[in-house]
Amino acid sequence: MTPPKRQRREPHEHLPPPPAPAGKQKNPERLFVVAGPDGGERDGDLDLVTLIVARADPPPSATPEQSALLRLCTAPLSVAELSAYLNLPFSMMTVVLTDMLTAGLVTARAPIVRQAVADRSILEAVMHGLQKL
Amino acid sequence: MDFKSSDVVPGPRTEDQLPHTAEAAVKIVIVGGFGVGKTTMVGSVSEIKPLTTEETMTQAGIGVDDNYGSDTKTATTVAMDFGRISITEQLVLYLFGTPGQERFWFLWNGLFEGALGAVVLADTRRLEVSFDVIGRLEERGVPFVVAVNTFPDAPRYAVSELRTALDLAEEIPIVECDVRRRASSRDVLMTLMHFLHALATAKTPV
Repeated sequence: MTPPKRQRREPHEHLPPPPAPAGKQKNPERLFVVAGPDGGERDGDLDLVTLIVARADPPPSATPEQSALLRLCTAPLSVAELSAYLNLPFSMMTVVLTDMLTAGLVTARAPIVRQAVADRSILEAVMHGLQKL
Repeated sequence: MDFKSSDVVPGPRTEDQLPHTAEAAVKIVIVGGFGVGKTTMVGSVSEIKPLTTEETMTQAGIGVDDNYGSDTKTATTVAMDFGRISITEQLVLYLFGTPGQERFWFLWNGLFEGALGAVVLADTRRLEVSFDVIGRLEERGVPFVVAVNTFPDAPRYAVSELRTALDLAEEIPIVECDVRRRASSRDVLMTLMHFLHALATAKTPV
């Protein structure tokens, strides 16, 4: 039996444009209103695996989401985990976190590998870690 | 003044907390069609019970999903399961399992951006499901390996046949695996890491 056959592709420059920023959409469907004053701004540095750590106890002015988040990340926790525990979509998490980063309530530990080729020392560390599994 | 809010959010169990020394995290994306075993693979190697994060499709789905202009506009929710492996006291690895259709990918702002690489999980009963996934990764320049999850009733092909069918370059590893087994899933990840290491070595000679 012969398996089906695929056509190879090459890397190309014309990737689909990213979705327009939420703040500039004409008729955005606002599903969540937990955002701070301006939900349209997004911190482009926040990744699913950015580690978030609380810097302070929840201030009296904190929203319920902020208080819950601060209790969760007394130890480092990724944005993805926060999103899962708080049951908030990732895009909403970035909005909430951007406000909290600005307010100095949390810090982000995010020296994420964003190079075209990953750092070999990191790859070696990961390999070593996997071997212990 | 130590009262608690009535809606305390369940968080990680104490043993699931990362050490305070955790400084950086890296990610690997496991991509494949529905039912191919992505979540099983994540779960078999993760140190935490796999978690689910969700994203909602609103503007991004217009022109893709036929819900534009509909009176009962409902947002499509897409879920992604992920797990975690602590590599060192400082470094954490996250594994994300994501559906193959690209319309789901760009919901996740930068899911592949900064990822070490990807595992394409394939099922020989539905090999063509992998075609588009592989093509998209090639276009984006995301390094990947192909792991064939061996289901008992699935046709078996030689690696050379799979390579031809998937039109993969000679250097791209193809491995068989049983993602229910931790060692097998671990070996797939190791194959990816060795491949990435070879790429890194080739591009930045000592």
